[in-house]
Amino acid sequence: MVKYFLTRFLQFLIVVFLSVTLVFIIVRMMPSDPVEKTIAQITSTGTFLDPSDVEKMIKSLREMYGLEGSILSQYFQTWRRLITLNFGPSLSFFPTPVSSIIKESVFWTVGLLGVVILVSWTIGNILGVIAGYYSKKLPTAMKLLDLIFMIIRPIPYYILAFIFLVLFSYLIPAFPSQGAYSVGMMPGFNLSFIIDVLKHATLPALSMILLQTTMWFQSMKIISTGVTNEDFVIYAKYGGISNHKIIFRYVFRNALLPQVTSLSLSLGRIFGGALITEIVFSYPGLGGTLYSAIMSSDYNLIIGIVLFSIVAVSLGTLVLDFIYPLFDPRIRYS
Amino acid sequence: MKMLIYFRDLMSDKRFSFGFTVIIILTVLALISVMSPYSPVRWNVVPEEKPPSLKYLMGTTSLGQDLFWIVCFSIKNSLIFALTTAFLSRVLAIVAGMISGFEGGIVDRSIMILSDSLISLPRVPVLILVGAIFREGLNLYILALVMASLSWAWDARVIRSQILSLRERDFTLTAILSGSKSLSVVFKEYFPHILPIVFASTLNNMLWAIGIETTLSILGLTNPLIPTLGTTLHWALSYQALFLGVWWWVFFPVTVLILLFISVYLLSVSISEYLDPRMRIQRIGQAR
Repeated sequence: MVKYFLTRFLQFLIVVFLSVTLVFIIVRMMPSDPVEKTIAQITSTGTFLDPSDVEKMIKSLREMYGLEGSILSQYFQTWRRLITLNFGPSLSFFPTPVSSIIKESVFWTVGLLGVVILVSWTIGNILGVIAGYYSKKLPTAMKLLDLIFMIIRPIPYYILAFIFLVLFSYLIPAFPSQGAYSVGMMPGFNLSFIIDVLKHATLPALSMILLQTTMWFQSMKIISTGVTNEDFVIYAKYGGISNHKIIFRYVFRNALLPQVTSLSLSLGRIFGGALITEIVFSYPGLGGTLYSAIMSSDYNLIIGIVLFSIVAVSLGTLVLDFIYPLFDPRIRYS
Repeated sequence: MKMLIYFRDLMSDKRFSFGFTVIIILTVLALISVMSPYSPVRWNVVPEEKPPSLKYLMGTTSLGQDLFWIVCFSIKNSLIFALTTAFLSRVLAIVAGMISGFEGGIVDRSIMILSDSLISLPRVPVLILVGAIFREGLNLYILALVMASLSWAWDARVIRSQILSLRERDFTLTAILSGSKSLSVVFKEYFPHILPIVFASTLNNMLWAIGIETTLSILGLTNPLIPTLGTTLHWALSYQALFLGVWWWVFFPVTVLILLFISVYLLSVSISEYLDPRMRIQRIGQAR
């Protein structure tokens, strides 16, 4: 038991170590001098900068890219930033610190993804168990659904989201195409703001729900096909118990456990999973912020978000691994 | 001869025959790109923004390029890229998995810790970072190398477990006792057992590779002068093709991408079912 926790924890440390090192190496492989480039870019847009602000920026940039001190001390500097969660000021929103931008974005990402994962898990599993139970002679509607899911599954998410954007925001302008709420709306806890937020979240959420439902559907279908062939189900059928009852009382409950495991895994990945959605729909979560940071070469923000999401995802998976035996009595770490 | 029988069996699966046909058509399109009258990087070689017609099968772009030929070049580059990535990452997976499974001990443990870490590493942020840093400097071969080194871990694990079970079988002992070197046992005796596993996962790796490449390219994080399906869309979107009514510039690349994805996916589903003996028996039973 203790040994399992120790090895698992060690593995977490190794993942974090490797990825921080990787990010460090990648940033150091940059072909051009990032400091000059960034300063030139900011001044070329015609923004007026106080000379003392420029000094501060150059200093912070030099520190960030580890251009001060030896390579080793630069490397430790990266670690210090990660542990204190202080990634320095953002360059495009100077002087707002990166950590407070991340804090704001996490709220939107977690809200969006939490809803998406729970909704698609529920729909996918219910449809999946029905398809699995009737897999020998699938009703026509189910066959159609199976075919549609088979076609949607391999499409890369970016393309799917893009098709949603074109269809429902451009051809049929039913939903807003970007942002989390309308420009000029004051965030607050009132009805019109909540409706506005929901309207903006519809397209990103729907596109993700569609794709994730197919995944849950397909794995649930395979699992419940197996359960349907077990003796107790066949016995229940001969015993004259209604199909409805067999599906949801017998098959569903037995097929659910592996799906719960996968659910906890995807909940653990909540901090890294919405990058592409948020980029397509300019949603102000972590991914959307990362994209605009990339576009404006805001390296402090890029490094901050990438490191944050790597560590948060690994930490989430680690915590879930630790508390999982509390929920599933069949798992014993020995 | 045996290959032909496998192929005939597979073709009886509708999913396989569909996927295979589409892939063949796309490959033909990729091959005829060598006959293109225009260079893919030259602009203003044909009139701009002409809708699809007999002369310009897929219309022309705002850059004055014939979209049909651009799409052919794109398919070629995307396929070459996907194959390169899949090949490199399979080589890594086979070498790591075989060494890990056959050597055991500390070598095995360190390779497995490394692969565990890679499996749990979120790859999309890392790849976006690589794209953001290199930008135009990122050619397809560097990207393939980066992606291959991020994606070998899971298959190395599968191969390792296969080797572990093969190692305990009698033929291993026979081979070693009759004086074969361990390396030749691994490659001569085990390799044929590993190959089918590798083949099915190659297709999945290709799908992943094209998906990531497309995403990075649309975001403008690769070299936009190399025509791939992603960079074609990148140009279309940055020239506001949809708002200007140049719909074909978006429609054809997206359609080709979707066809490519569905067909490769159907091939991989059908082949891995065929390789799984339980599923194969079920299917033959159904056919009768």
